[in-house]
Amino acid sequence: MNKPIHKLAPALRVAHLRWMIRARLVDERLAALYRQGAIPGGSVFLGKGQEAFSAALGMHLRPPAPGRRGDVFAPLIRDLAGRLAFGEPLIEVARTHLMRRTGVMRGRDGNIHRGDLDRNILPMISHLGAMPAAVAGMLLARKLRGEQAGADMDVGATAIGDGGMQTGALHEGLNVAAVEKLPLVLLVADNQVSYSTFSERTYACADLMDRAIGYGVRGHRCDGTDADACLATVGDAVKRARAGEGPQMVVATLLRGAGHGEHDDASYVTVEMRSRFNDCLSVQERRLIVEKLVSEADIIGWRNEVTAEINIAVAQAQGEAEPDPAQEDWSAWSSRDLARTLIDRASSATAGTTATEKKP
Amino acid sequence: MSVRYVDAIRLALGDALERDPRVFCYGQDIAAPFGGAFKVTKGIAERYPSRIINSPISEDAMTGVAIGAALDGMRPVIEFQFADFASIAFNQLVNHAATTYWRTGRPCPITARLPVGGTKGAGPFHCQMPEAWLAHHPGLVVVFPATVADAYHMLLDAIACDDPVMFCEHKNLYNHLKDQADPRDAPRLPLGAAAIRRHGTDCTLVSYSAMVHTCLAAANDLAREHGIEVEVIDLRCVRPLDAEAILESVGHTGRVVVATEDWPWGSVASEVLALVTDRAFHYLDAPPARLCARDVPIPSHPALQAACVPDAERIIAKVLETVSY
Repeated sequence: MNKPIHKLAPALRVAHLRWMIRARLVDERLAALYRQGAIPGGSVFLGKGQEAFSAALGMHLRPPAPGRRGDVFAPLIRDLAGRLAFGEPLIEVARTHLMRRTGVMRGRDGNIHRGDLDRNILPMISHLGAMPAAVAGMLLARKLRGEQAGADMDVGATAIGDGGMQTGALHEGLNVAAVEKLPLVLLVADNQVSYSTFSERTYACADLMDRAIGYGVRGHRCDGTDADACLATVGDAVKRARAGEGPQMVVATLLRGAGHGEHDDASYVTVEMRSRFNDCLSVQERRLIVEKLVSEADIIGWRNEVTAEINIAVAQAQGEAEPDPAQEDWSAWSSRDLARTLIDRASSATAGTTATEKKP
Repeated sequence: MSVRYVDAIRLALGDALERDPRVFCYGQDIAAPFGGAFKVTKGIAERYPSRIINSPISEDAMTGVAIGAALDGMRPVIEFQFADFASIAFNQLVNHAATTYWRTGRPCPITARLPVGGTKGAGPFHCQMPEAWLAHHPGLVVVFPATVADAYHMLLDAIACDDPVMFCEHKNLYNHLKDQADPRDAPRLPLGAAAIRRHGTDCTLVSYSAMVHTCLAAANDLAREHGIEVEVIDLRCVRPLDAEAILESVGHTGRVVVATEDWPWGSVASEVLALVTDRAFHYLDAPPARLCARDVPIPSHPALQAACVPDAERIIAKVLETVSY
């Protein structure tokens, strides 16, 4: 286990707590919308219990900015906190869950699959383990273009759970990142249960962190219910990746605080198991109150602020247009009329980036 | 000058690497000095050592890396050592690459090079044709160059295409198909256009990949021995399919036979027959027919293998049956 290499600034800890609060309240609203039947089909998938770990990542990443390509983030199912801390606007959370045409996925994909390539957020596919290779590809692109010199690289971050850790795709992706010595940070939320299957039916090694050495990547571990530990450990991992030390894998032990999705009551998680894990958010609220970094009134004030923001975002999204089958551009290909049109190789070769379809 | 099919692919890769700094190649054993299992990158790998990169035996990650690189502005060309192994990357190809444009509005310009088709004695896992399972998924472009000139131009077009292109190159053509002309001087057709390789009035014979050459041999025999003029269509691109070219030909011949190296069930051949039946039924003078590979895993023994793939003799018999209906 790596000792934190820096002391945590009080402002950073408070900001972290605020991202956690924000994510929890958004999740609770999404669950409520689901129960009201306001989410078109499917389910909603919450990050409850994983906010400390996920937000720590989002806070340590650098989003794109003028003159800076920025880090890349491929969030997984339970990374609302990390997304928000990385700069995903609340309105996009609402639009995609409510499948509005105005949202970044335009109703063509929903909920946690949302991504925004302009914000360097990759849209995940449901197939677990697929994203690390794509993140590695983005980092490899930057390396090939010579943009990753020095000790201040763009990093690529993604997340997986104890379940997804067992896929072949994850293995291939992490191995490729290690071979290419890419600045990739993989967060592993060992949340005890993959859908309804417990860890003893998922993996047989003593500790998922033991795999780091096998991949040739640096392993880190933290208590995922301890916000300060998450902030310090994830911060250390991101810093090392940025400095050129290659891929970093951070394993956090925690408990999934909800069902797989809100359609699932998680009744298979026993009371005994629940009693062994703290809730990262309530622990950190108490801790910072005791340390007099925040007051109960501060927390109530922030909750009220966030609730008001959520109300506005949800109301705005609900007032926006849904996709219209009659207006839809029903093409899975960006190239049109390939049989009759010659591809313009010259303009393709000189374009800085590929063309983007205009958003409505 | 004599240019083989494999040389044309190498020439196209070299020209793409030379012209476009966004292009790089990634695959198993493709770097210098080895230059790939079929030596496609041999010679150019030395010229671009940092852009022709070996991958581990990780087809899924190789494809995922290409997707990520494409989304970051590159034009990756990945090489599957054999098309058969693209099944390992099925998920990244059909769920990730193929859905990206539809989901995000951002194109995913990757080129996957897949050496396809049967070579003598290579057996069930080194001879497959992947088009049915790739072309099934909206979002992928699936192409089969059958000539030296197409190998060159279609690869450059695949790399310039904004969509993910499955570039299926037939292993039997690599060294056996030669052209005296420089493919760079040959005329270029649109990537998705079918080509009429032989004009005829009695029956349309639809094919793609190496089977085009078997069809042309059969057509020449039919003309010589039977006085039957067959129109041979080389699909070149099986997805999207150049429906107009097929329908126009069937419109004037009234008969169609499809010959492919792939299995029959849920295949490009069945799709062509469905198209003709749907949209040209009233032009037909005979039932539309197809000849595909025998519906078994590909056998290793050359005699068994040869019995599985349509040859000129069987194509001639099927055309005669159709024409005399």
